[in-house]
Amino acid sequence: MTTHPIDEHVHELGMPAFDQRIADAVARSVELGGEKQTSLKAKDLKTDQEVRWCPGCGDYVILNAVQSFLPSLGIAREDMVIVSGIGCSSRFPYYMNTYGMHSIHGRAPAIATGLAASRPDLSVWVVTGDGDALSIGGNHLIHTLRRNVNLTILLFNNRIYGLTKGQYSPTSEIGKVTKSTPMGSLDHPFNPVSLALGADATFVGRAMDSDRKGLTDVLRQAAEHQGTALVEIYQNCNIFNDGAFELLKDPLTGTQWSIPLVHGEKLVFGPDGASCVVADGWGGLRIAETNQVDEADIVVHDAHRTDPAYAFALSRLSHQDLRYTPMGVFRSVRKPTYDAMMTDQLADARSGQPADLDALLRGSDTWTVD
Amino acid sequence: MTHSTPEQAPVEAPPSAPGGLVKSVVQLDRVVIRLAGDSGDGMQLTGNRFTSETASFGNDLSTLPNFPAEIRAPTGTLAGVSSFQLHFADHDIMTPGDAPDVLVVMNPAALKANLADLPGGGLLIADSDEFTPRNLAKVGYAENPLEDGSLDGWQLVSVPLTSMTTDALADSGLGKKEAERSKNMFTLGLLSWMYHRPTEGTVRFLERQFRKKPEIAAANIAAFRAGFNYGETTEAFAVSYEIKPAPMAPGTYRNISGNQALAYGLVAAGQRSGLPVFLGAYPITPASDVLHEMSKHKAFGVRTYQAEDEIAGIGAALGASFGGALGVTTTSGPGVALKAETIGLAVMTELPLVIVDVQRGGPSTGLPTKTEQSDLLQAMFGRNGEAPVPVVAPRSPGDCFDAAIEAARIALTYRTPVFLLSDGYLANGAEPWSVPAADTLPDLRVEFATEPNGPDGEFLPYLRDPETLARPWAVPGTKGLQHRIGGLEKADGTGNISYDPANHDFMTRTRQAKIDGIAASLPPTEVDDPDGDARVAVIGWGSTYGPIGAACRRIRRSGRSIAQVHLRHINPMPADLGDILRSYDRVVCPEMNLGQLALLLRAKYLVDVQSHTQVRGLPFRAAELAAVLQDVIDSTVTPTTASEVTP
Repeated sequence: MTTHPIDEHVHELGMPAFDQRIADAVARSVELGGEKQTSLKAKDLKTDQEVRWCPGCGDYVILNAVQSFLPSLGIAREDMVIVSGIGCSSRFPYYMNTYGMHSIHGRAPAIATGLAASRPDLSVWVVTGDGDALSIGGNHLIHTLRRNVNLTILLFNNRIYGLTKGQYSPTSEIGKVTKSTPMGSLDHPFNPVSLALGADATFVGRAMDSDRKGLTDVLRQAAEHQGTALVEIYQNCNIFNDGAFELLKDPLTGTQWSIPLVHGEKLVFGPDGASCVVADGWGGLRIAETNQVDEADIVVHDAHRTDPAYAFALSRLSHQDLRYTPMGVFRSVRKPTYDAMMTDQLADARSGQPADLDALLRGSDTWTVD
Repeated sequence: MTHSTPEQAPVEAPPSAPGGLVKSVVQLDRVVIRLAGDSGDGMQLTGNRFTSETASFGNDLSTLPNFPAEIRAPTGTLAGVSSFQLHFADHDIMTPGDAPDVLVVMNPAALKANLADLPGGGLLIADSDEFTPRNLAKVGYAENPLEDGSLDGWQLVSVPLTSMTTDALADSGLGKKEAERSKNMFTLGLLSWMYHRPTEGTVRFLERQFRKKPEIAAANIAAFRAGFNYGETTEAFAVSYEIKPAPMAPGTYRNISGNQALAYGLVAAGQRSGLPVFLGAYPITPASDVLHEMSKHKAFGVRTYQAEDEIAGIGAALGASFGGALGVTTTSGPGVALKAETIGLAVMTELPLVIVDVQRGGPSTGLPTKTEQSDLLQAMFGRNGEAPVPVVAPRSPGDCFDAAIEAARIALTYRTPVFLLSDGYLANGAEPWSVPAADTLPDLRVEFATEPNGPDGEFLPYLRDPETLARPWAVPGTKGLQHRIGGLEKADGTGNISYDPANHDFMTRTRQAKIDGIAASLPPTEVDDPDGDARVAVIGWGSTYGPIGAACRRIRRSGRSIAQVHLRHINPMPADLGDILRSYDRVVCPEMNLGQLALLLRAKYLVDVQSHTQVRGLPFRAAELAAVLQDVIDSTVTPTTASEVTP
């Protein structure tokens, strides 16, 4: 297990975490409404809005899991903000009694970046889908990841466009027959985890909508991560792509084809641990029969490796048909966050030079007319 | 500082005798100088330095930088010519001048590209070293125009600027190529002598600029001094010129460019509102300098974010506004096109946001470094749905400061995105600016919501202020006011998603009424009609203020009357504007587009506005505008009256 080489970079903020007028408004609301409530129950996070996903949609399961898990973070609901884009999953904020913005297609990471960078005191979440995050919003996603803004991004991947009624998405398998591809799609799909790691994401995880325990575990680690955390959540669209993840959900085949990622443990999986992951040439990884390899050659999962190549190799084990899909946390490393560094720069600037507006406006070359 | 009465005509002053030569000093009331050279010759820097010297001397001034979009276009070609025009005077002036009195050309390409603008008899200074057969051939001169008599109609002074620079730097230790690069400073020195400019500022500037390369600083200062001394001793220039300081209202002045003033206005808006400023931007000509300037002012709590694209720039700004910041995005026309959807989201979510569009020639990539006013209708209507956005426009470089504060006032008071339409001419142009005291600037404080406002103790994010129709601004972190906003239609009051037909109709009209209602906060329209009997009015917006004003002065000097109206607010327009326009026989609207404001005025007021347009990438010339206005006036008044007023 590697250590975190930059632990010492955890920031001591040299200025108020947010600006005075905003702090005053928050303080006034506490004065009027009582102390911030950090011990919540799931029901405290529900709104009066009727949830309008299709009956049987995987989104319900994820919503329940998030509402059950969030109180354990000890964050007041007014300090949480959920920003979403467009798509079925992006209705999420309406059902959460936090602050929220249901924005425009693909742009949630950009909007959330501005919010998180100017308000480091908030817990900012992005809820997005495979079309929203990887097609129209692909650019914002990769740049948010490389900047390492303090955000948690939940990417609901159902491998289909649901809200527009069933076109193939950037994660649909090649040959997908949909309304817009009657002879099968021609596009090679993105692997969202590989994409995120290619952008040097500091935290990348994957979970299944129906696996409450696994999902909660990844969400908790993501929420505790300082920096951008991307969690790909496989989510069943029972209307337009039903059973897309059945291979992994079915108790029999699921054990055979999922690779559970547990930090510090050997990558052994399948019925009776029959399969394992070993190093391949050229820095890659491959699947092997456990009884055919030296036990010492079996890879021990290390999510904290600084070099993303290992996590990337893990992400490449899976196939488009979902065989050999690692589930869990691929990578979790520490780097300074964008918002903390921005706050530091402002504090540095303030310590070096007083904010004197008159002096700024005068500049260095003035003349006086009497 | 003392002021003499502006001279009406050049007057010979007693000759002085520096260096043993008898040199005369001529008094002028105004001069227009144009410097032209290769885009690598440092003409913009030279022009800016001459401008700073002129500003500190106390002349009124106005500048027009004009440069190609290419950073280093092929050397010596017409495409690579960069120029800087400066008009300075002992009195109040409004434009960078129609035509130069003095043209300095650093090579044959600069001569070819600019000679047509130099009136006959004008002073032409050319760097003879650069008129080589190769450079002449590049731009199609068969013969050297400095020698073939083709320039006899001008006062040609052929000076070997390059070789004199390298001679002056012979002992500097610099190579020939490096030494040659100081020829712009030699030229600046010569001009500084010729126009009696103070030189200390330039020396200080060079020392500061090349702090880390003292040998380069020394070489540039040596070249600058050599140029000055050359002017004093050469027989080539027998005359130098004095332009007295201009009378100005008492106060502290500085020289300022439009982009700098605009950035200062945004910083000031943050200070006067008590809110952090968040600028999300993507680099784009000619707006990038606002981002550069803002990024220096972190001490004022200004956060600048260079985004991955135009959409992310405005998205981040809107996200910051949701969090309680004054969100700002800066761009030019192509960037506005990309931001349109987010502007619509800001209209729907009713959050404050300032969108700065430093306009340039379009459509598409168009003319990145040239000015135009052709984004007005894009700002007004360039979104899906009924999405009204206020539009504010500055009229001069210094006015960008006040216009930025006004844009912020509207955004914060009415919780709306606001367009601030500057342009390339204002952005890069400079003028003396009377520095305001910070505590005299408008108070922009707004109140955040801190407690529920509903009848049952709930928070209604779309319950409006009855006067402004603004909705409450409840920032995340505020206890008990959790709410969700977004792009879907909102139910009145609760802000919940609503597909109700009557609600959509109501909300659409309410959003429009909120923007229309801003007119109530605007001062009465100023009409400049000193004679009080004008029957023709000229109306403009933005950077045409200077040329239109200068044209109006010419008209009035000819004995005719004309009224000038210049709009700061284009959406909504001032409440009294319709009555004002209807009170004139004729209304003329000059614009650097194909008639966008004219279209709006005709549609809104049913006034037969006559459009006069030009899209040459350059500001109007005052003389040409005056001729157009004179034609309108002369065809409006009766023939007998016309003969009476004709001088």
